[in-house]
Amino acid sequence: MINVYADNAATTRVSDTAFNAMLPYFKELYGNPSSLYTLGQKSTEALFSARETIADCINCNMKEITFTSGGSEADNQAIISAAYLGAKKGKKHIISSAFEHHAVLHTLEKLKKEGFEITLLPVHSDGFVMVDELKNAIREDTALVTIMFANNEIGTIQPIAEIGAVCRERGVLFHTDAVQAVGHIKIDVKEQNIDMLSIASHKFHGPKGAGALYVRKGIPLLNLIEGGAQERGKRAGTENVPAIVGMAAALKESCENLDKNFAYVKDLRDKIARELSKIPHSKINGVLERGLAGTLNMCFEGIEGESLLLLLDDRGISASSGSACTSGSLDPSHVLLALGLPHEVAHGSLRISLCEYNTEEEADHIIKNVPEVVEYLRSMSPIWKDLQEGKREYVIQ
Amino acid sequence: MLYSEKVMDHFRNPRNLGTIEDADGVGEVGNAKCGDIMKMYLKIEDGIITDVKFNTFGCGSAIATSSMATEMIKGKPVEEALKLSNKAVVEALDGLPAHKIHCSVLAEEAVKAALFDYYTKHPELKKPEGLPDCATCGGDCCSCH
Repeated sequence: MINVYADNAATTRVSDTAFNAMLPYFKELYGNPSSLYTLGQKSTEALFSARETIADCINCNMKEITFTSGGSEADNQAIISAAYLGAKKGKKHIISSAFEHHAVLHTLEKLKKEGFEITLLPVHSDGFVMVDELKNAIREDTALVTIMFANNEIGTIQPIAEIGAVCRERGVLFHTDAVQAVGHIKIDVKEQNIDMLSIASHKFHGPKGAGALYVRKGIPLLNLIEGGAQERGKRAGTENVPAIVGMAAALKESCENLDKNFAYVKDLRDKIARELSKIPHSKINGVLERGLAGTLNMCFEGIEGESLLLLLDDRGISASSGSACTSGSLDPSHVLLALGLPHEVAHGSLRISLCEYNTEEEADHIIKNVPEVVEYLRSMSPIWKDLQEGKREYVIQ
Repeated sequence: MLYSEKVMDHFRNPRNLGTIEDADGVGEVGNAKCGDIMKMYLKIEDGIITDVKFNTFGCGSAIATSSMATEMIKGKPVEEALKLSNKAVVEALDGLPAHKIHCSVLAEEAVKAALFDYYTKHPELKKPEGLPDCATCGGDCCSCH
């Protein structure tokens, strides 16, 4: 049976380039970058080169890059650092959006308990923050604005350059969780007025366990992990050299092929979207033309997402859902709820996220199987029966 | 794996899937908002459940627990079906993950709701004490589990 990995927004396969780049750093060049002898200094050089590569990809200075264990740590460090910095000046207000990743939202909840005031901007039914609403939300005591570059569940790309310009003009720090965007769309921290930006290696064919935080020169960064002088004292702990090398190699490759990959993946995604939209009472969440190339999020009325995923898995398709059952809580995805979707519809969601490794044949496999599984689940759904008999009203027309 | 082989078997090959047009008792429990609804149909002759069918909107374990519950009461006297507990359903399925136990509660409630409907249609029969009216309680199932 054909196996289709269609969950690239969750994580990606390590690229051959990244894998090969990492290999020497496990058994041959395993020195500690803090050691003075040659073996250690080889690792120091590898870190130097990786930092330079990553800086080039987002157009910053290499001194503005701090390595972390991943996107979540980068988000935590950026937000906590900016918050405490603001608090010193009496600024304890933070603005974010309703559909951020939990690495951001949970950090904000923690800060709220410490006395910070949090404003979450609405993202409206199409999944975008409105710049005017941000302007109105900024106050004298606003310490930070943190808005994701592109949403992880529906792929919508936020107006980052405009948001950055507003923040710059009002003298407020701007952080963006760019975990889904880096390596997939063009990022230029200077042009886009970004002060802080989070990167996660495993979202662009790098290994797991590595990430980076860009912090514009002049903005002080507080460390979350104490213990050593690594990363100029901003992040203690012996650097994960093989993973960092792999991250840099993967990012370089992704950035060199950005336009080509975007066009290829978008064609595949659009074809799937077109075909799956033929399923009655289905809807696409977000706006494909203003989103990441590979992300497709749909709701199918009358069915539940987890059973859809399990049956697709039986047919060789790995995908994801925002249903409550897949999250272990009773509430469906906060992203879909932020779009204003009712619970019962949000439960029936499917996220397909493609990458340049997916093929036309795989797209056809998805196009053939999703409608069959949806139809089967609807045939056993009492909700679907009620909808068809007019005892319940369709939410999705 | 998240689920036992038995859960996956009942999920992939649900027993007694469907509806019964002239059912003697029908019960629907759950809430679309919470993501699971079970509807149970019973055919009862001389106090014996001669046929049972179900329809379920829900996750893998919701479908599997409905299927298992129907299998456990089919051919059994009503009195025995009344004693079906969610724990027995879980055991028969070789366990469920902790956050899925509420699905088994729902399966038990679906059987009870269908039996409640049966007794309501047959006032000449004495309704067993303590049989909850899950179908019309109107409460949010989430709050119970």
